[in-house]
Amino acid sequence: MSGNQRLNIFPTRMALTLMKTKLKGAQTGHSLLKRKSEALTKRFRTIVHKIEEAKHKMSKIMQTASFSLVEVAYIAGSDINYQVQESVKSAQFRVRTKQENVSGVMLPAFECYTEGANAFELTGLGRGGQQIQKCKETYVKAVETLVELASLQTAFVILDEVIKMTNRRVNAIEYIIIPRIENTIKYIISELDEQDLQGKKKRDQQAADKERADVSGEISQYAQPVDLLETSDDNDIIF
Amino acid sequence: MNAISTYKDRNFIAVIGDEDSVTGLLLAGVGHVDGANKNFLVVDSKTPLSKIEEAFIEFTKRKDIAIILINQHIAEYIRQLVDDYDQAFPTILEIPSKDHPYDPEKDSVLKRVQRLFGE
Repeated sequence: MSGNQRLNIFPTRMALTLMKTKLKGAQTGHSLLKRKSEALTKRFRTIVHKIEEAKHKMSKIMQTASFSLVEVAYIAGSDINYQVQESVKSAQFRVRTKQENVSGVMLPAFECYTEGANAFELTGLGRGGQQIQKCKETYVKAVETLVELASLQTAFVILDEVIKMTNRRVNAIEYIIIPRIENTIKYIISELDEQDLQGKKKRDQQAADKERADVSGEISQYAQPVDLLETSDDNDIIF
Repeated sequence: MNAISTYKDRNFIAVIGDEDSVTGLLLAGVGHVDGANKNFLVVDSKTPLSKIEEAFIEFTKRKDIAIILINQHIAEYIRQLVDDYDQAFPTILEIPSKDHPYDPEKDSVLKRVQRLFGE
């Protein structure tokens, strides 16, 4: 299992300190990320609620808007569709995006603004002009609702992504990184203990050896006293 | 942040819908015609599927569109495309049309919501 691995590191006291700092860092990071994820989830749930409400509101508003368009078609004739589609030049109704910061995540929000003149001032000049302006207003309101819904939806998509990412990180730290560091620490401690034990044994052994060597050395010193007169054959020297 | 550049210049709202929906939204002033480039598509019973798909893909790739409004019954035709779309920009919004009431069960976003909460 990947969670039971340990880092490839040389078991020294320095590495142990390093690992302990790393463990502390990982734990802090984990708790921070977890809190971030919780804050985002809370926000996410509010947005989901709002989306559901807005979707229902939207279907009502669109219904009213379609109805006002039917009124227009009734009064101004059904060729109004072509008139409108052909007289489109430049968008009067536009959106811009601004940002909102939620726990370090940039959430965009759309904002409507109008630019340029009304392209349909002369549409329906013959008949039904007033209806058309009224219908236009209804549709502007409807589109404003749609824009609001769109910003909620964008926030939803982005938050969804960010929450998934944060949760992945939280889990990675909790189940992979922290166990790995803990295993490494355990490994280093056990290795160090072993080294200590071996070192102690070695030292004992050495001490014992030395003692023995000292004792035997003493004996050998005294065992064979060298007497020059006794050992060497004293041959006569003949000239 | 590169995220800013992805939505800084997005000002327009694109529409794919039946004649009435498109007319109404154009009346509100969302339409923008730039030479041969329109930001709306009128779909009727004679419009081929490939044309809707093409328009949808083109709108999603354009850099100046912030929101795509699409009638739900048309989104139904290209459901796979709509469901697979997961970018934040442009946002896709399914809207009801005059002849087809809105069904929240079919909405790709609401479907995701329901999947997330396991309902």
